Amino acid sequence: MPDEVLDCRGQRCPLPVIAAARRMPQVPVGTVVRVLADDPAAAVDLPAWCRMRGQEFLAAITGPDGPAYDIRRTH
Amino acid sequence: MSASSVYLDAATAAPLHPVARQALLAALEDGWADPGKLYSQARRARQLLDAAREAAAQTLGVRADELSFTSSGTTAAHGAVLGGLAGRHRAGATLVHSAIEHSAVLHAAERHVAAGGVAHSVPVDRVGRLDLEAWSAAVRAPGVALAALITASHEVGTVQPVAEAAAVCGDVGVPLYVDAAQSVGRVPLPAGWSILSASAHKWGGPPGVGLLAVRKGTRWESPWPADEREGGRTPGSVNLPAVVAAAASLRAAAADAAAEATRLDPLVDRIRTRVAAEVPDVEVVGDPVLRLPHLVTFSCLYVDGETLLHALDRRGFAVSSGSSCTSSTLRPSHVLEAMGVLSHGNVRVSLHRDTTESDVERFLAELPGIVAGLRADAGVVGL
Repeated sequence: MPDEVLDCRGQRCPLPVIAAARRMPQVPVGTVVRVLADDPAAAVDLPAWCRMRGQEFLAAITGPDGPAYDIRRTH
Repeated sequence: MSASSVYLDAATAAPLHPVARQALLAALEDGWADPGKLYSQARRARQLLDAAREAAAQTLGVRADELSFTSSGTTAAHGAVLGGLAGRHRAGATLVHSAIEHSAVLHAAERHVAAGGVAHSVPVDRVGRLDLEAWSAAVRAPGVALAALITASHEVGTVQPVAEAAAVCGDVGVPLYVDAAQSVGRVPLPAGWSILSASAHKWGGPPGVGLLAVRKGTRWESPWPADEREGGRTPGSVNLPAVVAAAASLRAAAADAAAEATRLDPLVDRIRTRVAAEVPDVEVVGDPVLRLPHLVTFSCLYVDGETLLHALDRRGFAVSSGSSCTSSTLRPSHVLEAMGVLSHGNVRVSLHRDTTESDVERFLAELPGIVAGLRADAGVVGL
């Protein structure tokens, strides 16, 4: 289960990525943040952001809140 | 000071080649009659059409009777896919295609699936190159009627392993269709294909002319209502003046292609290197070596693609983007998605015969400031 949820539903690219980039440095290393984002570009851009920033992309899931993406702060 | 205009979207449409303009004007004079009729005006039109077909066929390395002129590259791609599938319906109902085909090919595939057929998409790697192992497995599966592979990606420029992909197809007797829109008139064509399509406005011909080549011995059946024109491969009257201009400019572009590639290739290298070095948080995508000589694509982190295109346009730069906010469907480019690379803040730059070194230098000089300005406006500096 994620440690916290970042609700970016209704936001267009690149806003969900910007929201994740703002939040990650504020959480302790090891924290898993679940990003809720219904913009289809998030499915491409959140994993790409993790790769570029050396953070860990855990999984893309579709739950009751729509598409969601789990990211772990690794550094 | 108003910025002078620098057009960098040749992969969408190259500026009209001077040879095309000249041929178009000449052909408007005596290329208006129906080439199918039996009077002297028609015979003159027929001569022009035959000469255009002969010239274009020679440039492509095919026989004249293997080549048809269509009303666009899109129509040629639709005909290639649907006709290739129809001609082989006894062999099966599966279309194998790469994940990075042009949307014209994918839309034809959707039509095929809606009619009960099967489409199997083969993945690419991070630089946008076909996974040959997956391709081989897909093509060798039972029931494959046709395989489709773009010669080089229209979005990121990565050249595809067509000869290797064709060898697999040859092994099992599956015809290979290649969408050669970005290659014809610019780089030598790969061998081993059975069906090819191309688009005149990509090489400096007029818009509204496509090429469809079907090699002898290929089972291909027209997906359109019957029409005897153009070898029965595409219905309707051809736009003869535009066809004449397309053929003349194709010959001219092909004659200059090697020299142009030698001139543009280092400019693309310069863009790849300088953008990566001088714009922070940018991802330059596509294969840095096995690529088209005139096309480069990159994505700028945290930048909105549409805003970036407008900002570049205000400074006189015309470029294209695969970002979702620039598409009518609000979906990111399926090519960038298949590669798993950043899709927002995406810019495709494609060069042509009128592009000068100073055009490229001005773009490179202005881009870092434009991106920095947009990031400052969005409050994302330092993220």
